[in-house]
Amino acid sequence: MTAEPPETPAEEPRDEPAVGTTPHDDSPDALAGKAHERWPENTLPVSPQQPALEIIDVREGMFGVRGPGDTSGYGGLSRPVVLPSATQRPYGGWFDDMADHLEAALHNTAGDGSPIEHVVVDRDEITFYIRRAKLLEVAQVLRDDAALRFELCSGVSGVHYPAETGRELHAVYHLVSMTHNRRIRLEVAVPDADPHLPSVVAVYPTADWHERETYDFFGMIFDGHPSLTRIEMPDDWPGHPQRKDYPLGGIPVEYKGATIQPPDLRRSYT
Amino acid sequence: MTQQQTSDPYAAEQTTNAGPVFTVTGQDWDSVVVGLAESHEERVVVNMGPQQPSTQGVLRLILELEGETVTEARCGVGYLHTGIEKNMEYRNWTQGVTFCTRMDYLAPFHYEAAYVMGVEKLLGIAADVPEKALVMRILLMELNRISSHLVAIATGGLEIGALTVMTIGFRERESVLDLFELITGLRMNHAFIRPGGVSQDMPPGALEHIREFVKLMRKRLPEYAAFCNANPIFRGRLVDVGYLDLAGCLALGATGPVLRATGYPWDLRRTQPYWGYDGYDFDVVTWDTCDAYGRFRIRLQEMWESLRIVEQCADRLADLEGAPVMVGDKKIAWPAQLAVGSDGMGNSHDHIRHIMGESMEALIHHFKLVTEGFRVPVGQVYTSVESPRGELACHLVSDGGTRPYRAHFRDPSFVNLQCTSVMSEGGQVADVIVAIASLDPVMGGVDR
Repeated sequence: MTAEPPETPAEEPRDEPAVGTTPHDDSPDALAGKAHERWPENTLPVSPQQPALEIIDVREGMFGVRGPGDTSGYGGLSRPVVLPSATQRPYGGWFDDMADHLEAALHNTAGDGSPIEHVVVDRDEITFYIRRAKLLEVAQVLRDDAALRFELCSGVSGVHYPAETGRELHAVYHLVSMTHNRRIRLEVAVPDADPHLPSVVAVYPTADWHERETYDFFGMIFDGHPSLTRIEMPDDWPGHPQRKDYPLGGIPVEYKGATIQPPDLRRSYT
Repeated sequence: MTQQQTSDPYAAEQTTNAGPVFTVTGQDWDSVVVGLAESHEERVVVNMGPQQPSTQGVLRLILELEGETVTEARCGVGYLHTGIEKNMEYRNWTQGVTFCTRMDYLAPFHYEAAYVMGVEKLLGIAADVPEKALVMRILLMELNRISSHLVAIATGGLEIGALTVMTIGFRERESVLDLFELITGLRMNHAFIRPGGVSQDMPPGALEHIREFVKLMRKRLPEYAAFCNANPIFRGRLVDVGYLDLAGCLALGATGPVLRATGYPWDLRRTQPYWGYDGYDFDVVTWDTCDAYGRFRIRLQEMWESLRIVEQCADRLADLEGAPVMVGDKKIAWPAQLAVGSDGMGNSHDHIRHIMGESMEALIHHFKLVTEGFRVPVGQVYTSVESPRGELACHLVSDGGTRPYRAHFRDPSFVNLQCTSVMSEGGQVADVIVAIASLDPVMGGVDR
C-alpha cells in the first residue's frame, strides 16, 4: 500500500469511491462491510414490484478485490442477492390445478394455519415453501391423494444461506409423480439455532439415506429418522462440511518457484 | 490361540463382550470354522470390505448370518467421499464440469449432461444450444450407456465366476473408450459437454469409426446372449435373486433397470424427453420378473437400443458437417479453440492470432471468461437425465455469481444401494453379491 496523500484526511467523507488510496484505519473487511453505508448512491435499487423476500447475501464491489487493493472504481457497489420471490396466481400450466388440489386436500386434513408459506414458480419449476411442523402431513397428502400422487421422492438436498437470519438452513425435497408425469419441489427453512425438522422417512422410505446425508453435510436434524447418523463422513468427524462457514481446506502448492494458494484463498469474483 | 495365529498381527483373534472376533485375510478360514464349532454359536456377523475386490469400488457390507442365511444386511458407504460438491462451489460454472465428470467414472457423460442442463436452464439458453451439440451429446451419452452396461454385465459375471463374460465385456468396452478418445481426446473424465454446447467439433473420420463400431457390436452382442441367456448355471445364480417389485422400487426410490425390471416402462428419455430424445426411434426395454436376471436382460437389450440411437446420431451428424457446436453468445461460449499441432493437441494458432493480433474484444472475452467466468442469474433448478443406473439429477443453486452456490447430485447408485437390505435379507449369503451386482452401484457416484 502506498502512502496516502496528505490532502485526504481519514475523517472526511469522500464523494467518490477510493481509487488506490484509502484511510489507514479501515481494515479491508470493515471497508467492504460499510461500503453501501458510505456510498448509498451506489446501491442499486431493488425492483419495487418484486418484494425482496429472501435476501441471501449482499454483494459488494466487483472483480473479487476487497479493501485497499481495490483499484477498480467499483468498490462502493453494493447489490443484494435476492432469491426469486413469491409468485402470485395464476402460476401457469398444470401448476394452478395441482396447487388447488393440494390446498383443498390440506384444508381437509390440516385445519387452521396454512402449511404452505408461499409458492415460487421460476424457470418452469414450482416450489412450495412448507412450514416445518406440517412437512410430514404435506408429504403424506402429496403421496396418497390420487389427484396429486407424487409416489417418488427423488432426493433431499440441503442449502445453507448464512445471511438469511432465522432461515439459514433449507431442506429441499424433489418429488416426482410418475402417474401424472410432474415434478415439484418442497422447501423447508429452519433456523441455524434450532435446526430440527420432521423426517419424511415414514412416507418416503427412500429419504433415509438422503436425510442422513443432509444431516451429515449441514447439521439439520430430522426428528423421527430411524437412525440419523453420518453417512459420508467418518462417525467422529467434527463439523458439517457443506455449510458455508466450513472452510474448503487445502494447502498452498509450490510449482517452479511460484506458490499457488488453495482454491478458497484465491481471488473470487462473486 | 495357536502360536501361528498370534504371530500374525492382521489375523489375530480377540474376545469381546459380543463374542469372539475373528479376522481372516484369506487361507485361514479354518480358524473361524474351528472357533465357531467350539462356541456352538449359530449367529455370525460378517464384515465384508470396505476393500472388497469383487464389488464395484469400496463398499462395506455388514451381514448377520444364521448359518448360510442372511438375516440382516447393511451397507456402509462413504469410503470414497472426495467432497466434489463442496469443491464445485469454489470453481466457476464451466470448471464444474471437470469436477462432476469424476463422480461416476463409468458414466461421466451423464453427469456432465445433468450438470450442464442445469446451468443452461439457469442461464435461460437451453433453446439456443446448437442442434449439432445436442446430437453429439446424445451420441456420447448412448455410447456411454453401452460402455457402462458392458461393465455392469462384465463385473456382474466376474462376481459369479463367469470370467469369459468379464473378458469379452471389457474387450468391447475398450472399443467404446477408443471412440471417446477419438472424439473428446480422453478415455475418462472428459469434461467435454460444456455450458452452451460441447468443447469441440467431431474430428474428421469419426463417423466412419462409429459406423464400424456399430457393425462390430451388432456382431458381438449376440455372444453375450449365447453365453448367458439360457445358460443353466447363469440362470441358476440370477433368476429370482434380488427380488424387488414395483411398490418396493418406488418406496426405496429405485429407478433405471431395477425399476424397468418390474415391467414399468419409466425411462426419462421417453417420459420427460430432453435435448430432442423424442425425435429418436428407440424402445424402452422392460422385463417382468423383478429379479437380477431381468435386470441383466434389460441391460443387454438396452445396448441394442442404444446402438439404434447411435446410428441415428451418426446419420444426423453426417448432415451437420461444419455446423456450430457452441452457442453464438461470446459471453458464455468457452473459448476452447483447439487444434492438432506437431506436438499434439493444443491451442489453435488461428485463435491465438485472432485474439492477439486482430481483435481486442476477442482477447477481452477470452480473458474474462477464462479468469472470471460468466455470471448465472439467481435461482435454483433441478434437472434430470436417464443415466445407465437410473434417474440422475442435479440440484443447482445460483446466487448470481460466477460459481455454483450449491451443486447437489441425486446419484442413482446412492439411492439404489438402499435396496441392498430388502433384496438380500432372507436369502443366501452368495446371493448378496448377485443382488448388489444387479444394482450396478458405482461407489465414486455414491460417495462423490
